[in-house]
Amino acid sequence: MEDDVRIPIAADTDLIPARAEGRALAERLGFTRTDATLIATAISEIARNIVVHVGQGEIVLRALDDGRRCGVLVVASDEGPGIRDVDAAVQQGYADSASLGLGVPGARRLMDEFELESSPEAGTTVKMVKWRVRDDLEMLRERRRRNDVAG
Amino acid sequence: MSVAILRQGDVLIASIRADLSDGQLLALRDDLAERTGADRIRGVVLDVGALDVIDSFVARSLRSIVEALRLRGTETVIVGIRPDVAIAMVQFRLNLEALRAVLDLDEAVALLDQLTDREDADGG
Amino acid sequence: METENREAEAPAPEASPPGPDLDGPLLHQLVEYLRQERSALREEWARRIMDAQLLRAMTAQEIFSEVTAVYDNYVTALETGSVETLQAYARELSERIIPRGVETHEVLGIVLLLRDVLARSLFAHYQSDLRVWDRILDAYEPAANRIAVTVGVSFVEERERVIREQQDAIRELSTPVLQVRERLLILPIIGVLDPARARQLTEQLLGAIQHHRARVVVIDITGVATVDVTVANHLVQTVEASRLMGASAIITGLSSKIAQTLVDLGVDLGMMRTVGDLQGGLEEAERLLGHRTPPRNRPTQAE
Repeated sequence: MEDDVRIPIAADTDLIPARAEGRALAERLGFTRTDATLIATAISEIARNIVVHVGQGEIVLRALDDGRRCGVLVVASDEGPGIRDVDAAVQQGYADSASLGLGVPGARRLMDEFELESSPEAGTTVKMVKWRVRDDLEMLRERRRRNDVAG
Repeated sequence: MSVAILRQGDVLIASIRADLSDGQLLALRDDLAERTGADRIRGVVLDVGALDVIDSFVARSLRSIVEALRLRGTETVIVGIRPDVAIAMVQFRLNLEALRAVLDLDEAVALLDQLTDREDADGG
Repeated sequence: METENREAEAPAPEASPPGPDLDGPLLHQLVEYLRQERSALREEWARRIMDAQLLRAMTAQEIFSEVTAVYDNYVTALETGSVETLQAYARELSERIIPRGVETHEVLGIVLLLRDVLARSLFAHYQSDLRVWDRILDAYEPAANRIAVTVGVSFVEERERVIREQQDAIRELSTPVLQVRERLLILPIIGVLDPARARQLTEQLLGAIQHHRARVVVIDITGVATVDVTVANHLVQTVEASRLMGASAIITGLSSKIAQTLVDLGVDLGMMRTVGDLQGGLEEAERLLGHRTPPRNRPTQAE
């Protein structure tokens, strides 16, 4: 569909373009403003993790399409030392407890799919997706657009 | 001072911009704490209307400002949380108990009146 | 001009933008001819529209003024090869005629009629030289068809936009937020509360709080079909989000039995004010709104 959007993350100022691109992609795909904010917030949270704990990484945004649904895929990766206790990181009570400060559980609650892989060798990669279901009217239009492009 | 802090009567108003760095947020907290002590300030209004995202760090910073000011006997009210941001903050399950929030400046001043009157009454 | 240049994709010699289908000089000739014959062809087209009983919703005068604009845009589209201006015009025209009840088949019908009127006229003019007519037809047909499709699609898309707007309006009407007095909103919820509807409801409520500067909202769930953990969690979130917008929320119509069940199931109703019925909820709302301070210092708010 479209190309991936890559945002390098090296300082807290990079959070601004990361959020803005996330919001822009969501809006382009027809997400509501609220959902676009949820996506931007999740991106902010995960990107901030990178800045605070590793110092450098990357956010990649991709538009997804599986016919009935369209979605935003966010992949955040860094090559840091990894999260030692992944289960604990993912399980917390409040999103912003001081103890781990990772904000991962919060981001998870904002998105529909969430995957975290971490190891000392490969660093940490977070993949999260938010979906939007297309209604009948939109399905019709999508089909027509695809036919136009093909024909 | 990177954030403009305005004074309206005995209330300070600080508008938080979207591009504030983490360091600047912390500096704001210290600036406000200093000024409330020195200038006989009754209350502080934090305007977050420019923020289209409030993540856990920003929420923590807001809490930190509220607590620092409370230690100095000053109440803080937050204004300008947008509907979509409010939904995100709640779905996020941020710890929001300590935060008092209202729609706009007028409401904020009215609330501060109420809070400080009550304090005066208690102090009696 | 007589050479075979048809196999080239973009035969336009000087023009750099996506070239028209016709070769330069012949195109120019054709467009000139169509402009020359403008009055006659326009009239004929208008006549054929009325004969075919299309655009019945419009007066003869209106039809004539629209056909003039369409004709001119049509010829320009032929000339430039670009349908953008035509597209914009078609959308704007659709916006105007859809509320008048004009239907898709009518719009397609009139565009195809124009295509035919022009084709016949071109034939009458060029039939003496069949080779030239051949080239003209080869180039005119695809261009005319593309124009027909463009106008048709613009119309349909505009119709869909209207339908979508109507759907949104209906959805909002089905969850009305009522302002009963200054600073007080009531949101009666009836029916099934699924996640999508709950979210839409919350967005609507928060928007209303902002718009009316409400300080108290009463959410009545008497009419909600099933109050389970999911519904309860949505309500809790709505209440908390309302608080961030400066409004206190009171839930009414939640029986104490169900409330207890929810608490047992782990739902944290702590922040939620619940009152048995709507009447009680409104009284509580009045209390929150008007009578905050003890009566001795201040006169109570007379409403």
